[in-house]
Amino acid sequence: MKLKYTLVALGMVAFGASSAVASTLDDVKAHGMLKCGISTGVPGFAFTDENGNWQGFDPAICQAVAAAVLGDSSKVEYTPTTGKTRFTTLASGEIDMLARNTTWTFSRDVDLKFTFAGVNYYDGQGFLVPSSLGVSSAKDLNGSSVCIQTGTTTELNLAEYFRLNNVSYEPVPIETNEEARANYMAGRCDVYTTDASGLAASRSTFENPSEHVILPEIISKEPLGPLVRHGDDQWADIVRWVLNVLIIADEKGVTGAQAQEVAAGPDPELDRILGTEGAYGAMLGLDRDWAVRALNANGNYGEIFAKYIGEETLVGLARGLNAQWTQGGILYAPPFR
Amino acid sequence: MISLWRSRQARSVLFQVLAMAGLVGLVTFFGIQVVANLKVMGLSFSFAFLDFPAGYDINQTLITYDSTNTHLRALFVGLLNTALVAFFGIIVATVVGFLIGVMRLSKNFLISRIAVVYIELIRNIPVLLHILLIYGLVVNVLPHPKQALDIGFDSFLTNRGLFMPKPIFEDGASLMFYGLLLGLGLAWGFTYYAKRVQAETGKIYPVFAICTSVILLLPVLGYFLAGQPITMEISVFKTFNFHGGIVVRPEFLALWLALSMYTAAFIAEIVRGGILAVSYGQTEAAHALGIRPNRTLQLVVIPQALRVIIPPLTSQYLNLTKNSSLAIAIGYMDLVSTIGGITLNQTGRAMECMLILLSIYLMFSLLISLFMNWYNNHIKLIER
Repeated sequence: MKLKYTLVALGMVAFGASSAVASTLDDVKAHGMLKCGISTGVPGFAFTDENGNWQGFDPAICQAVAAAVLGDSSKVEYTPTTGKTRFTTLASGEIDMLARNTTWTFSRDVDLKFTFAGVNYYDGQGFLVPSSLGVSSAKDLNGSSVCIQTGTTTELNLAEYFRLNNVSYEPVPIETNEEARANYMAGRCDVYTTDASGLAASRSTFENPSEHVILPEIISKEPLGPLVRHGDDQWADIVRWVLNVLIIADEKGVTGAQAQEVAAGPDPELDRILGTEGAYGAMLGLDRDWAVRALNANGNYGEIFAKYIGEETLVGLARGLNAQWTQGGILYAPPFR
Repeated sequence: MISLWRSRQARSVLFQVLAMAGLVGLVTFFGIQVVANLKVMGLSFSFAFLDFPAGYDINQTLITYDSTNTHLRALFVGLLNTALVAFFGIIVATVVGFLIGVMRLSKNFLISRIAVVYIELIRNIPVLLHILLIYGLVVNVLPHPKQALDIGFDSFLTNRGLFMPKPIFEDGASLMFYGLLLGLGLAWGFTYYAKRVQAETGKIYPVFAICTSVILLLPVLGYFLAGQPITMEISVFKTFNFHGGIVVRPEFLALWLALSMYTAAFIAEIVRGGILAVSYGQTEAAHALGIRPNRTLQLVVIPQALRVIIPPLTSQYLNLTKNSSLAIAIGYMDLVSTIGGITLNQTGRAMECMLILLSIYLMFSLLISLFMNWYNNHIKLIER
């Protein structure tokens, strides 16, 4: 079962197969593939297309990194991980980076020794209930059964929120999003709780999405983003700046297709990013065109958002908090200079 | 030196010492590797996290627990849940296993075929599938609490579990407990007495019937003498769920049934083998001595069959206990789900949690082995 990964990880620790010493960039180049951990499937965020290839909001980050580092966005080896296996998989060196709706928290950053490369989705925990229950607030949920994905921050938020509000409940722990959905549909639980984006994504796959409502309470801050192991700052920088480049391009309105054209344009920041001014790629240990390739992979942040989870898609999420800081959101990438 | 080498005893000591040294060396090597690699990853090895608040809730708790308690307490909650499902699993597996095993030996064609089909069907499917199947059935087939099946005795069957009345012991209930103690004492004394009478005069008392009725009747007498001190707390439906009473959750139900049914199929074969191992000549000899058929079974066949049954039965008990770790597949909050699941994940202490898990399962298994070995010694043929 899921324990397998943990045991593999422990085995690797015991047999001295840790790769934490060598440079991750060299490892990836030598291997010719980027090993990327993703979720086991959340509509819009990570799913397999008709050809069996992983697509979605999270794999798009992996693809952009692969394009920047290896020159080919398809050179990614995906490892689906559950909420429970993800950290051991990353810590043991089985994957090079994790792009899987993972919340940036103190203990993950400090105690588990991971480096968060940034935030690609600002989320918060919400509740999904059948509208037939007639519930309008999370505080009305006293005595209900709640499906939770185990091993996530939502589990702890929920316990805390309900304890503070004197709401008693029966937790029904679940491994994956799919199982949670199945149990919720079968009526094993009244409520499904996870990040609001995940709820919207799940609801989009229901037969009658309109028969389910997401309650108004958002009970936590969930900044989701890609992460890497501590100890290799160069690699962390690469992932961080690939993400930042996608965000800056969105801010400047440069689409992936235009990246080549504007490379020698009048905007000096874009010139620096796209390699026509200075040698910023070399500082990262990459070549000159890394950012152009990263943008070509799936387009800029806004394009990725619109393509997989935006309002035009079944998931139907508005940009909300994830709009650029210039447009009322909090998406704000540091300057590229 | 050569003479030492030629001594069989010295040689065997030498090889044992070598093997031991090799084993210790290997374990030490792994230990050093672990510490070194953890250091490279920047992780330390510490059990301090057990004292930190767990922060998560558990649905089935045999001891009081809430999310502000420590990880250590969560571990105990998981441990008790594992023990609970193992205990009830072993009981049902044993009863069903003996029944099916005896059925398989029946001369009635239909009965023996039913037993064969049961055994071959159940034991050839992985236990994980049994667990998932039963869980799926319970959750998808049984009705929502709003349309709960009333199965009588104030009990309700729903896809969120079986809700039953819970006895509440009030003042005076201790009288029943004393009645039970007295009954047990009397039964023990009477058994001793009956044995002596039989040894001296050959007269046989119906020991089983008398003991059972004494053990059962005295607490009942206590119940009425103390003015019926037990009231039933009945499950009541409110908004979302039933509240109050005893709840047997689908997760427990699925795990318990699947483990007992699966293990019962193996126990049935062990029982059959044990009974067949007693040669028919024993029965004939007993009959020739004028011993009645049921006494023959009780005094001649079963004691000899048990000698063959107990050692492999122990292995099955151990298997059942260890298989209960599959609980994680359906979210039953056992040891693997608490300390090896949520705690491990929230704290990231994989090495420490796994070590704790390994030691606890080892302890469980050794305890069962210890008890079964004691029982085996107790019933084995005493050779004079």
